[in-house]
Amino acid sequence: MNEKRKIRLATCSLAGCFGCHMSLLDIDEKLFDLLGMVEFDRTPFTDIKRCGPCDIGIVEGGVSNAENVHVLKEFRKNCKVLVAIGACAITGGVPALRNNIDLWDCFQEVYLYEGGLEGNQIPNDPELPLPFDKVYPVYEVVKVDYFLPGCPPSADMIWKFLTDLIEGREPKLDYEMLRYD
Amino acid sequence: MEPHEFPQIEQQLAPVFERHGREAHWLLQILREAQEIFHFIPSAAITCIAAHLGVPRTRVEGVAGFYSFLSLKPVGEYRVLFSDNVTDQMQGNPELMRYFCHKLWLEPGKVSEDNLLSVDSTSCTGMCDQGPAALVNGWPLTNLDHERLDLIAELIRGRKPVCDWPPMLFEVKDNIRRSGTLLGEPFASGAAIRATLARSSAATLLEMEASGLRGRGGAGFSVARKWSMCRVSPGEKHYIVCNADEGEPGTFKDRVLLNSYADLVCEGMTVGARIIGATKGFLYLRGEYCYLLHKLEQALAQRRVAGLLGRNILGETGFDFDIEIHLGAGAYICGEESALIESLEGKRGRPRNRPPFPVTHGYLDQPTVVDNVETLACAARIAAQGGEWFAAMGTAQSSGSKILSIAGDCARPGIYEYPFGVTLHEILDDCGAEDPYAVQVSGPSGILVSSKEFGRCISFEDLPTAGAFTVFKRGRDLLQIVQNFVHFFAHESCGFCTPCRVGTQLQKKIVDKIANGHGTAYDLEELKQLGHIMQTMSHCGLGHTAPNPVLDMLKKFPDAYQHKLKDLAFEPAFDLDGALETARNITGRDDAWAHLP
Ligand SMILES: Cc1cc2nc3c(=O)[nH]c(=O)nc-3n(C[C@H](O)[C@H](O)[C@H](O)COP(=O)(O)O)c2cc1C
Ligand code: SF4
Ligand code: SF4
Ligand code: FES
Repeated sequence: MNEKRKIRLATCSLAGCFGCHMSLLDIDEKLFDLLGMVEFDRTPFTDIKRCGPCDIGIVEGGVSNAENVHVLKEFRKNCKVLVAIGACAITGGVPALRNNIDLWDCFQEVYLYEGGLEGNQIPNDPELPLPFDKVYPVYEVVKVDYFLPGCPPSADMIWKFLTDLIEGREPKLDYEMLRYD
Repeated sequence: MEPHEFPQIEQQLAPVFERHGREAHWLLQILREAQEIFHFIPSAAITCIAAHLGVPRTRVEGVAGFYSFLSLKPVGEYRVLFSDNVTDQMQGNPELMRYFCHKLWLEPGKVSEDNLLSVDSTSCTGMCDQGPAALVNGWPLTNLDHERLDLIAELIRGRKPVCDWPPMLFEVKDNIRRSGTLLGEPFASGAAIRATLARSSAATLLEMEASGLRGRGGAGFSVARKWSMCRVSPGEKHYIVCNADEGEPGTFKDRVLLNSYADLVCEGMTVGARIIGATKGFLYLRGEYCYLLHKLEQALAQRRVAGLLGRNILGETGFDFDIEIHLGAGAYICGEESALIESLEGKRGRPRNRPPFPVTHGYLDQPTVVDNVETLACAARIAAQGGEWFAAMGTAQSSGSKILSIAGDCARPGIYEYPFGVTLHEILDDCGAEDPYAVQVSGPSGILVSSKEFGRCISFEDLPTAGAFTVFKRGRDLLQIVQNFVHFFAHESCGFCTPCRVGTQLQKKIVDKIANGHGTAYDLEELKQLGHIMQTMSHCGLGHTAPNPVLDMLKKFPDAYQHKLKDLAFEPAFDLDGALETARNITGRDDAWAHLP
């Protein structure tokens, strides 16, 4: 058997909008090429819920609650190379806009003033992920190997990055890909 | 509710406008005075000032937002700012600040409910030899202790105006411990100007050349070269500026020169003006030293009476020159010469692209010389006594003497003048340093020297310095010291370029992380890489030098941080479980999922 072992790839979205995942899908017909090179492990595309040993892990979104930490640590443990994709994963991004608002004020606004489905009360079900005081960037919680900037990074950039990595080259993005004006 | 309304604002600002006229380069001075009147810059004042100067509102707001001593939100009628320089810290300022806040039922950074008082910290106030220090409404308070703070609290509660407080609270000593030719020898006002007029400007420039005098503000550029370049630069007007921003933490020698040798400094400026052909000079005085303003104005007035400033100086027809004092408002970056010029023009202190350099395009785009206070004092001596006399002191490439501001762990902090070439051993002996372990030479942007290197000497060839000399004894927590420095840079970065704006913040975060016991070998690597980026990619000297203390510590003082490191490749930057505490309290949850290991 001399068929090359396929690269295993996992992705997840923490506090993000799935925009970065959409951008990955935006590589269009090259998705078929990608599927020729990789096998997906846990991702929203496969709906696999737990991450096994992988070569590459891609994380979208910042770290906003306790569950995000569990997912992120699972990724770090299992993925040889961990990539933070998009402004949210890299800096906290849009969700981090809440960092300037007191958490108690947020809860009041959402659950107390207008009233939720169950009336005016703050939910305390253990199944709900418990939010942090702030939204944190991924690199503050685990070691990150690569950062792909953009909101979202373009499909071209993601494609170039992944093919470099899969083919064993140090990923290199030229200036044109990194500018957004 | 709009708590602060100012129906009389135009009348209140009228005298300020009267004093300063309508040119936009007065903006910073106008804002300083508005801050004094209202204890902040109200929105209505911004509108009013913008209309008066004929500039956009955003320009006024942009400047008001840049300087630490200006504030867009109300601060107390009494604003007490504790100096958080490392020496103040070692002398107990953090504890004193807590004590004071506790006593007055106040949180740092907040204004008391009756708008009477606010307390906060500020970068080095230049009183390191007589700390712990603070500023109250801009006036320096020295030698603080519990007793003095009790008295101050009493005065504030009794709403006594700061000008009526007991003078002993504000006493600032010169503390000159060792003087050489610059500080020690007598100087007759006018001698340098007379000598310059007698031998001609060109000949005096040759004396400067022969003296080998190099700038004392840090970069060490040849004074003769700077002056001759400016002299030949075409321009409608030429300007000379005395850089009295003295913002480098641990430096306070310019304070003493301005307090007791102002005549010598003005004389240096006047000689320079004669040589470069300037009719106007500025003294840019850091906001922290505004207590010297009155005395300096008096010195200038006396010189005018004596015919040493003004029209036809010393009877020389057409030799007109005068000096104007501009006050800063709490921004370290304004010591950088091009940022200083921006500030003089009433703008945010943002360093310019260089080249062109100020000698060709400076104040209002005209040829401008910017020199440090001490440089100008030396120049006056050289003009009076000749270049060779000066060159005979010091080392081959560092002629003359250097004034050091010595503070920290030593028995006799203060001002020491040495010929260049003096070793650290000798200095440490003289100032009575007890078991010295490290010295920060030239402030946080300078060099952290370990005890193994105490044989090195103060000079441009070996250890160049702008004057700060901060001694640390064995047992001091060096990591904490470096932490203080990186916080300083993060606070003072002007924010213009990304490598420094972001780099100083990241540096602060990582050093904090290590100090809090979450650091790993990975973080050390990050610091090194970050330092390299800042040194090579930043726009100005602040960003270039901000990593120095970190890199010096990593290289020379492994013991300072190694015991703090976790034995892992990576550790989160914050306490994960702790960051859930707020939400636990709000929801009342304490289940397993509400915690992180
Ligand atoms: C961030 C920064 C702060 C500075 N602060 C001062 C200062 O407070 N006083 C000073 O004389 N020079 C300061 N300098 C150096 C000035 O840019 C300039 O080199 C100096 O005023 C030139 O005068 P000299 O040739 O007499 O030294 C600073 C430079 C930088 C980059
Ligand atoms: S970076 Fe932009 S696209 Fe990606 S998750 Fe965040 S908001 Fe969405
Ligand atoms: S290096 Fe720092 S201080 Fe200098 S221009 Fe850039 S941000 Fe401003
Ligand atoms: S425009 Fe914001 S960092 Fe460059």
